[in-house]
Amino acid sequence: MNAQSIVYSASALLFSPLLLGVINRVKAIFAGRTGQPLLQTYYDLSKLFRKGAVYSTTSSWVFRAGPTVGLASVLVALAITPFGRVPALLNFPGDLLLLAYALGLMRFFTVIAALDTGSAFEGMGASREVQFSALAEPAFLLCLAALACKTQSLSLSTIISRMNFGLWAKDGPALAMIAVAFMAVLLAENARMPVDDPTTHLELTMIHEVMVLDHSGPDFAFILYSASLKLWVMGALLIGIILPVRTGNILLDFPATLLGMIALALLIGVIESVMARLRLLRVPQLLVGAGVIAVIALILILR
Amino acid sequence: MHLILSSVAIQLLCGITVLFLRRNSRFTSGVGAAGPIVACVIGLIPALKTLSGIANNPIHASWNMPLGTISLGLDGLSALFLLPILGLGALSAIYGIGYLRPYREHKSLNTSWFLFNTLGASMAMVVLARSVLLFLLAWEVMSLSSFFLVAFEREKKEAREASWVYLIATHLGTSFLLAMFLLLGQNSNELDFGQLGGLTPGLAGLCFILAVVGFGTKAGILPFHVWLPEAHPAAPTHVSALMSGVMIKTGIYGILRTLSFLGPPPPWWGFTLIGIGLISGVVGVLFALAQRDLKRMLAYSSVENIGIIVTGIGVGLLGISIGSPALAALGFAGSLLHVVNHAMFKGLLFMGAGSVAHGTHTRKIDHLGGLIKRMPWTATAFLVGAIAISGLPPLNGFVSEFLIYIGAFKGAASIGNGSSIALLAVIAGLALIGGLATACFTRAFGIVFLGEPRSEHPKHAHESGQDILFPMILLAGGCFAVGLSGFGIIRASASALAGIIQPIANNGLDPAAIRAEIFFAADSLRSFTYGALAILGLIALIALLRKRLLSGRIIRQAGTWDCGYIQPTSRMQYTASSFAQPIIDLFNVFQHERKRFKPPQGYFPATAFFETKTLDTSQEGIYRPIFEMVGRTLSKLKVMQHGRIQLYVLYIVLTLIVLLFWKLR
Amino acid sequence: MQQWLELATVLLFLSNLAMLGLSELGACVRTVAFQGILLGFITLIVRQEGLSVRLLILSVMSIGLKGFVFPFLLLRSIREAGVRREVEPFVGYVTSVVGGLLMLAVSMWISARIPATATAMSSFQIPVALSTIFTGLFLVVSRRKALNQVIGYLVFESGIYMFGITAVGEIPFLIELGVLLDVFVAVFVMGIAMNHINREFDHIDADQLSSLKG
Repeated sequence: MNAQSIVYSASALLFSPLLLGVINRVKAIFAGRTGQPLLQTYYDLSKLFRKGAVYSTTSSWVFRAGPTVGLASVLVALAITPFGRVPALLNFPGDLLLLAYALGLMRFFTVIAALDTGSAFEGMGASREVQFSALAEPAFLLCLAALACKTQSLSLSTIISRMNFGLWAKDGPALAMIAVAFMAVLLAENARMPVDDPTTHLELTMIHEVMVLDHSGPDFAFILYSASLKLWVMGALLIGIILPVRTGNILLDFPATLLGMIALALLIGVIESVMARLRLLRVPQLLVGAGVIAVIALILILR
Repeated sequence: MHLILSSVAIQLLCGITVLFLRRNSRFTSGVGAAGPIVACVIGLIPALKTLSGIANNPIHASWNMPLGTISLGLDGLSALFLLPILGLGALSAIYGIGYLRPYREHKSLNTSWFLFNTLGASMAMVVLARSVLLFLLAWEVMSLSSFFLVAFEREKKEAREASWVYLIATHLGTSFLLAMFLLLGQNSNELDFGQLGGLTPGLAGLCFILAVVGFGTKAGILPFHVWLPEAHPAAPTHVSALMSGVMIKTGIYGILRTLSFLGPPPPWWGFTLIGIGLISGVVGVLFALAQRDLKRMLAYSSVENIGIIVTGIGVGLLGISIGSPALAALGFAGSLLHVVNHAMFKGLLFMGAGSVAHGTHTRKIDHLGGLIKRMPWTATAFLVGAIAISGLPPLNGFVSEFLIYIGAFKGAASIGNGSSIALLAVIAGLALIGGLATACFTRAFGIVFLGEPRSEHPKHAHESGQDILFPMILLAGGCFAVGLSGFGIIRASASALAGIIQPIANNGLDPAAIRAEIFFAADSLRSFTYGALAILGLIALIALLRKRLLSGRIIRQAGTWDCGYIQPTSRMQYTASSFAQPIIDLFNVFQHERKRFKPPQGYFPATAFFETKTLDTSQEGIYRPIFEMVGRTLSKLKVMQHGRIQLYVLYIVLTLIVLLFWKLR
Repeated sequence: MQQWLELATVLLFLSNLAMLGLSELGACVRTVAFQGILLGFITLIVRQEGLSVRLLILSVMSIGLKGFVFPFLLLRSIREAGVRREVEPFVGYVTSVVGGLLMLAVSMWISARIPATATAMSSFQIPVALSTIFTGLFLVVSRRKALNQVIGYLVFESGIYMFGITAVGEIPFLIELGVLLDVFVAVFVMGIAMNHINREFDHIDADQLSSLKG
């Protein structure tokens, strides 16, 4: 644990809602609108934190615990995610599994909190969530395995710090495929466009949004904040892979990675603007495809 | 050794005593349950001593008996399997006291307790036996006593059929074991475990296959699992907890013990086990997702967990054959720990399911709902079990999966040839199994305990008594304890684990290297546990923050947001079947769903229905045709059976004459 | 050069998978065209000794025929036959893609056991060539539409071509051209046959051809 990691973690806590703002802004520009302010997510959060709450008479403590457990899990996930060359607060061999498990715990509680309301819509969202995440999980772990094999390390911080342009020159195709597969997983896990539609209010087509329909007040703020942190965590990993600026000067590397994150948000915004949501039957194909691409990357690396 | 023997003896003694008590007297359940409990207290001491390396020389004793030598022994492997046998045995017994109470009126509890004690004693004997005869005897007693226990409610047709399926399956399995032991014992005349083996590689391979089929039938690996989802739901809950949590593990024990006789393993053994394990895991959890009966679902999930255990053994074997201590140590450590872990959470979940059935008189998931308000303790304990079995921190399920994962990651990174492809399959397979298990148990917990009641059954539910809740709470606590102290447990049992791996590796690996790998895993697991503890700490902090934020604000109660639909009813909720349907459809390669439906027609539809039934592919595709063919063939023999006693005597005489001629030939 | 070859090989395999997973006929045809262009590119860089007129002609033929002529013919017959644009597989898309992966695994196993790999620049070429052959056969077997079977046949041929230029040092020039021409004729004949079948039966489902056997 060092000062850089602490500074980085604090900046992640601070900047992560900005990503959602950037994405929404890009979408607005594509649609020819002015769009909401970049800082809208912050306004939403502060408003929600100041509100009371409404609970369904059907729900139990599980419903109230869901957002809390989710936020706690994603905070730990953040603590093991490196940012470019800056190591994570917590790093040890095998921490890549903790990342997968922490996100798994978050998902488990989001799903049962949704089922706790007894609403058919939320049940539908929960059912889709577990289906798609069960398919995204192998792809995610295969990507991590490919990176671990490439860099001979089991710790995310070491893996990302060992990425550099030389590696890309040597093993470009494999790394590119990992990045593509990871991007698909990122979009699916963060309820982004070709998989889920974060803006629609037609409950029948949504996944993540519909699961949190009943939450309100601070609970909903936790959910919103967890979602932006989760996007940050997975985005930081992806940027760590595809933008390995490692000059050694922290004042140069850190802003480069930060710019990478903004660029990623722009990219997601563009994807959301130009793509339609896939039919639900096609989503498994996308995720299995991501897994298959990760396998090919692994075969290339292991050969 | 004396302690462990007296623990077995006490169970037998209590079992026999209970037979002589008056039918369903006041003491029946007390005496019956005392056997496993006392046996547990006495027996755990030597088992734990052996595992922690205090008693590091394996105990061995043998006596000359009229039928040959009988020998017993206690080493690390036996001790490890004794833990769940004794521990879950005792807890199931406590549970059984409360669970059997409603049956007092019309059932003989004496017989049931006698059989329960016999089952416990015979399982302990199976892992202690060191000669083939004693092993097979104990194995047979175990099978028979559990058969009678499954047939406890024999007035029900399903229970009768289930017990027959079980009896046939287990004896088919035993026949493979007989063949295997004959092969193994060809070089010795005493049939003592110490003298088995010394086979050529070809015969060793044959023995391996026989062991996998024979022991695999008991363990419930695919496609020999068909008895499991029939027998486990039919048995009384405390018995199904013991059968699903512990008894099927004797199959795993058998495979591991046999491997130590077979000499150095060639790589294909590892590949085979990994393949079988992953298929069992994925298909098992998919079938679990498709079930509507709570206990049947848990039975299929046992197939899944046995799959994980077998995968771990496969990884370990692969490690031995390619000389990688990391793979060997972590694969075996993970699968052995999963044996204990699975006993804990599966026992817990079965007890939870039993408690639900007890309170609502139904096990149909789609009829339940909202039980968390009426049965808060059962619900919380079930939730703990559900998180644990989904392999999520901070509960014990992740510890064993973590070890196998780390082994596979390390192996894949360091080997880099054909074997690493198998390890990739392990990583992807375990991830898929984990994801599907989350789906399966969020469904089970969410539909059964959350939402509104879906029928009349759960509306009148009541919480179970203390003797039913106590073992569940203890097991839930145990899941937490193992989850948070897993690294310490692994570190402490490193020598014992190395001692278990050594005979299987035929002393081909350096025990120091194995210990070093386990220490490495324990260290990384410790950091992992800190991460899990951090989650717990943060949950507490955020909960406090939430309380602060909400204090003094307006908190209202209202109906669930219904998206503008007026008058939603509890029957509009998502059901277990609809929750699982997309996944079942996606994986229709593995399972066949039979659909019958009549869509509503016209403006005022009168009747409409939709019905699905998920059939077990291996049962429908393999066993049913075979058994039907056998049935047809054998029915031709009916002509011999006509009820005339003279002809039966003639058969006997003819047989004797044929035998005489054969002998004089 | 090897980097580029590797990339092209991987792309070839990915396009196989795309073919297995795509549900729209037109997209399948376009993927075939992409494969043809890719193969032309591979032809140019596959030889260590560098370019020759022979390779250049082959490359142009491959790009021209497979990249443009065949797709044009196929797209036209889709338009004129007025078929539904869904692929209608017997084996589901996800299963097919996973099957494609298994085919690669089998091909790797085979290619480790045949001696022809010596001339290959990258150890990935032969497995991909073999798995392209398998993919083609799989597409022929597992899809309902006659048009898909033409596509499968084309993929199959691409596999043979890839195998040829990688594994065997000197295939006589004429044979390779002959193979290309064979395919050309085959596609032509199938196109005509399909139009006729379409006129007679109003559909081109190959599994309905069994009603012809009388």
